[in-house]
Amino acid sequence: MAKSSLDKKFDQIRKREEEKTFSTKKRSRIVNKFLNNRLAVLGLIIFTIIILASIFAPLLSPYDPMRVDLRSMRQPPSLDHWFGTDSTGRDVFTRVLFGGRVSIFIGLGSAILSAVVGIAVGCYAGYKGGWIDVIALRISEIFMSFPQIILVLLLVSITGQSLFNLMAIFILTGWGGMYRLARARMLSLREEEYVQALRSFGLSTFTICYKHMLPNALSPIMVNITLSTAMFILTEAGLSFLGLGVPLNIPTWGNILNVAQDILILQNYWWMWGPVGIVISVFVLCVNFIGDGLRDSTDPSQQG
Amino acid sequence: MKKEILKLRGVKVHFPVQAGVFNRVVGHVLAVDGVDLAIFRGEVLGLAGESGCGKTTLGKAILRLVEPTDGEVKYISQDDDETELTSLEKKDMDPFRKKLQIVFQDPHSSLNPSFTIFGSLQDPLKKFGIKSKEERRKIIGDLLEAVNMRREYMDRYPHEFSGGQRQRIGIVRALCLEPELIVCDEAVSALDVSIQAQVLKLLMQLKKEKNLTYLFITHDLSVTEYLCDRIAVMYLGRIVELCDSEDLYNNTLHPYSEALISAIPVADLDKQTKRIVLEGDVPSPVNPPKGCPFHPRCPKATDICKTEVPTLKKYSTNGNEHYASCHLIDLPEIS
Repeated sequence: MAKSSLDKKFDQIRKREEEKTFSTKKRSRIVNKFLNNRLAVLGLIIFTIIILASIFAPLLSPYDPMRVDLRSMRQPPSLDHWFGTDSTGRDVFTRVLFGGRVSIFIGLGSAILSAVVGIAVGCYAGYKGGWIDVIALRISEIFMSFPQIILVLLLVSITGQSLFNLMAIFILTGWGGMYRLARARMLSLREEEYVQALRSFGLSTFTICYKHMLPNALSPIMVNITLSTAMFILTEAGLSFLGLGVPLNIPTWGNILNVAQDILILQNYWWMWGPVGIVISVFVLCVNFIGDGLRDSTDPSQQG
Repeated sequence: MKKEILKLRGVKVHFPVQAGVFNRVVGHVLAVDGVDLAIFRGEVLGLAGESGCGKTTLGKAILRLVEPTDGEVKYISQDDDETELTSLEKKDMDPFRKKLQIVFQDPHSSLNPSFTIFGSLQDPLKKFGIKSKEERRKIIGDLLEAVNMRREYMDRYPHEFSGGQRQRIGIVRALCLEPELIVCDEAVSALDVSIQAQVLKLLMQLKKEKNLTYLFITHDLSVTEYLCDRIAVMYLGRIVELCDSEDLYNNTLHPYSEALISAIPVADLDKQTKRIVLEGDVPSPVNPPKGCPFHPRCPKATDICKTEVPTLKKYSTNGNEHYASCHLIDLPEIS
């Protein structure tokens, strides 16, 4: 009797088991689950490509992103200029590459820094409770109740446009969300018996909350970091489009888009704003896919 | 002569009840309301009572996991040095944390899921002065073997263990600093009966080997009967009866203990037990009833029970000390 395919598979597994060639390689469950999520892997690949391309921009493009070349103004995409050139003859492809450096730096940097601030405050306040918690909560509420755009306008009018002002504002308005997330996790974790056991040994608050409790609170925070990276990149693009973000001479994705304010360019020269718009959308989409994948793979209640 | 290891006097733990916009304190939950208790070296003292009566809070108050509102917890060392624990600064508490440890109820939340067993047990050892990693691994490995587990298990994560195994790891954690007193907070309640017996046996064996004292908190009087030298029965934050465990079963003095004991299932079909069914729930500890806290549910309550709070008085049954707080005991009180 012919063996069914299932039997064959089973025989193979048994054979490998007997030969002890069965993969005993220890790859963490989280990595495995993440790699099984196709969208997340696709997101990770494109994300990596865009970041690498930005980092190695000088190697990929012969042009200088700032150099004005009036002989080749507003040229449509060609083999020389993949994404065409803008109104002052600068190569758009090069500008997108170099713009990625600043935009991603702002997005990731603000997200990570605001997470660091939020986690540092949230863990301690959430674990300690009492008046520290009340004060931290109120402060975060004050920051979260300010509309971001008003803060940006305020700071730009006081200190002028700069990259670090923008990041400072993103961190100032962004840490509140991270803080609340970390605090909420800590509030539920601190009642767990292993925390009580650590307290019964008289370990310091610092060791208990940052070393022993934080790893258990980290998975929603990691997801939130990816999501707010995407959000910050979009906000930066939005603010730069309005002329409030990074100074116009520095190429960022938002600053490149800025030219689309001109109805003439919007109608006639699609290559000046089209490709960069697509890059922003793709990048943000990828980051969101990664965030989704991370959430699913680090959630202990979804053990596969 | 029996030596005391821990002496509680008038221990109270009150939790404020807050309400309204400004978190005004509108009342207090009297979780533990004046407990006097002495624990002797080398004994197993059972602490029984129904849920919500304050057993766990009392256990945690001893370790200062919950700060007592009032009262004294005195630790008496082997050389008869007395130290009052509740008034100590956090730092000065450290040498006593080594002596007093706790085993928790829920084996699923008592181990940190993101660390290996060694990873979560090594910090306490580090803190108490065991600097070299090999030494720490040796201590934990030896203790794992002492609770019948394999030494290699220390490099595994908690999710790889069953409930009974986790509970044994919880015991290892409590033992790792060589304590003198262990508070077993319902240490076996979450396990099924066959594993319960196994863990109880292990606890008794460890007690003999390491000269431990247990404060065994439980709601299951059938467990305490075989385990404990003495039993304290708690009701609504107070101790209502305290005596040798045999006397509790044979010469019950307090009507509440009587009701509890009548609820223990007996594996004998011919034996007719008089079941005393208590009506209603435990009264709210925010508003304990006037007089004897047990009087609204007590089948024997008289007028004096409604007005006067009984105190814990000393009696003698079978020649042993027997404390109970009830107005209706007609034995002679001894001083």
